[in-house]
Amino acid sequence: MTGPGAGTPDAVGPPAIRAAGVHKSYGDVEAVRGIDLTVAQGETFGFLGPNGAGKTSTIAMLCTLARPTAGTIEIAGHDTRTDPDRVRREIGLIFQQTTLDPDLTAAENLRFHADLYALPRTTLRSRLDSVLDLVGLADRRDDFVRTFSGGMQRRLEIARGLMHRPRLLFLDEPTVGLDPHSRAQVWAHLAELRRREATTLFLTTHYLEEAEQCDRIAIIDAGRIVAQGTPEELKSVIGADHVELRTEDNAAVATVLREKFGLEPAADGDALRVRTKDGAKLVPVLCAGLDVPVYEVTVTRPSLDDVFLHHTGRGLDAEALGAGPVTVGARS
Amino acid sequence: MTTPTTVRPPEHDAGHPTGPGTGRLAAEWRAGRMVWRREMIHFFRDRTRVAVSLLQPLVFLYILGVGLSRLLAEGSSDDYLLFLFPGVLVMAAQAPAISVGASIVWDRQSGFLREMLVAPVRRSTLLIGKCVGGATVATCQGAVVLASAGLIGVPYRPDLFAALLAELLLAALAMTLMGAVVAVSIRRLQTFNTVLTVLITPMIFLSGLMFPVSSMPAWMAALTLLNPLTYAVDIMRRTVLAFQPGHSSQPLFDSVTWAGWDVPSLVAVIVVAAFCAVTLTVAVRRFSRTD
Repeated sequence: MTGPGAGTPDAVGPPAIRAAGVHKSYGDVEAVRGIDLTVAQGETFGFLGPNGAGKTSTIAMLCTLARPTAGTIEIAGHDTRTDPDRVRREIGLIFQQTTLDPDLTAAENLRFHADLYALPRTTLRSRLDSVLDLVGLADRRDDFVRTFSGGMQRRLEIARGLMHRPRLLFLDEPTVGLDPHSRAQVWAHLAELRRREATTLFLTTHYLEEAEQCDRIAIIDAGRIVAQGTPEELKSVIGADHVELRTEDNAAVATVLREKFGLEPAADGDALRVRTKDGAKLVPVLCAGLDVPVYEVTVTRPSLDDVFLHHTGRGLDAEALGAGPVTVGARS
Repeated sequence: MTTPTTVRPPEHDAGHPTGPGTGRLAAEWRAGRMVWRREMIHFFRDRTRVAVSLLQPLVFLYILGVGLSRLLAEGSSDDYLLFLFPGVLVMAAQAPAISVGASIVWDRQSGFLREMLVAPVRRSTLLIGKCVGGATVATCQGAVVLASAGLIGVPYRPDLFAALLAELLLAALAMTLMGAVVAVSIRRLQTFNTVLTVLITPMIFLSGLMFPVSSMPAWMAALTLLNPLTYAVDIMRRTVLAFQPGHSSQPLFDSVTWAGWDVPSLVAVIVVAAFCAVTLTVAVRRFSRTD
């Protein structure tokens, strides 16, 4: 997805998102406990966290659906509290829960959006055609949305979110519940969008490969950002490769690892696990010096899942199977 | 969301999607009209709902009405149907008016509401568009019942019909707004339906729609006078009577009085309009609250 030129932060103008010291409480419950975020224009930013970590509340505040209890949020330089209408013109939203009207046709849904955003009438028709074209729904423009599949609805939702040319697009689990083919299609459209219009994308996801494609990532847990950086940076914090060995005599190998290499191996069933800076280099040296038969060696580089696990104590993908989706609207 | 009184900086700068000359007000008007149109589209696409909801008022007029009128003294049965007619129009408008509230709750549940809430439009615009849409639909329903007026001796006169429809629109707006106030305070559709049923039934019975205020015991009459629908029905009844000279002398058609003072039509209109203004203010305030 990261094509040439894509994701290069635009140095001109204010950042797409600037949040400082943002808190949010619902009664006694502190959902967000001080978040600082800066997302550059044109960047694709992944916002990851377990359910209930404050993700939904944060997004609701960023897109003016909720007010921060404390702190400030600026979208493209406009304060969400004092100038929500200006902010709303800058942003587009694509959420996992559909916000289309199933009893209207695709074109009617888009026209409704155009009227809400007061888009110029003269170019409305061509704009409508071009967004429908982008998501491959041009031939379904006059069909009722209730006849659309889940993937088609999501694509229409993307088309609608783009009608008013937002410079910042919020995508909350944009591909959850879609089959692999539809997911690929959605991402192809988003990639096209980044390339053509340099739109900033702010997304949440439970899919590892989607998170890997982000320019930068923030991990939120218990209302705080616990890690932030490029996927590479975050992985390098974990630091080590993961080496797993199965040998004739694990205890003997453990001693060697401890004494000759100064590592801290741990037994795990019939396997021996050890973390080291460069697993690929360790394995040949280790095996050459052993007189114990080695059955199996696996070297795993740290993944974002490890990063997520490290910071939140839970796996990223495991979350997708957890409790049902929490939506912004249910709480507004 | 800021309150509607907040001063806003200029909206238009170069490269912005808003076209030149599209003022703030024009944009709000366009958004509100779209919300209104969506209600109309929904209504006219759902023919079954239209047909079925017409049955109830006709049942009231021609079954309950005819049945009850036979209990009355000889010769006054036609009078009773005439007396009941404005109320039946209100009843025809009631179901679609109330359903606007349900559709607000439904829009929230289904997610569509969020599409409107994140748009650069005031919440009051959205709510007014929705309510006027509902009241228009309700008036259309009433108009169909109105078409049967000849059967009970109401003359087909354009000025009478125009006046009745305008009054019906006001009554429908009052009911729509009442539903909207409940809707913006409630999250679940089941709760909404329960609350509204509990509210609307006494409002219908205590509106002088089926039996005149003059024949009610004092406590019931007092409650009836607190009901905005009483005044809406009263205005429409006077309008019907104005085209039916000879009936107005009967006690059945006595108009609403405040401590013996005949409440003039204009005052009755003001009462209903004031109710609309208050409920709209409350509904907008609740709807505009962002947590």
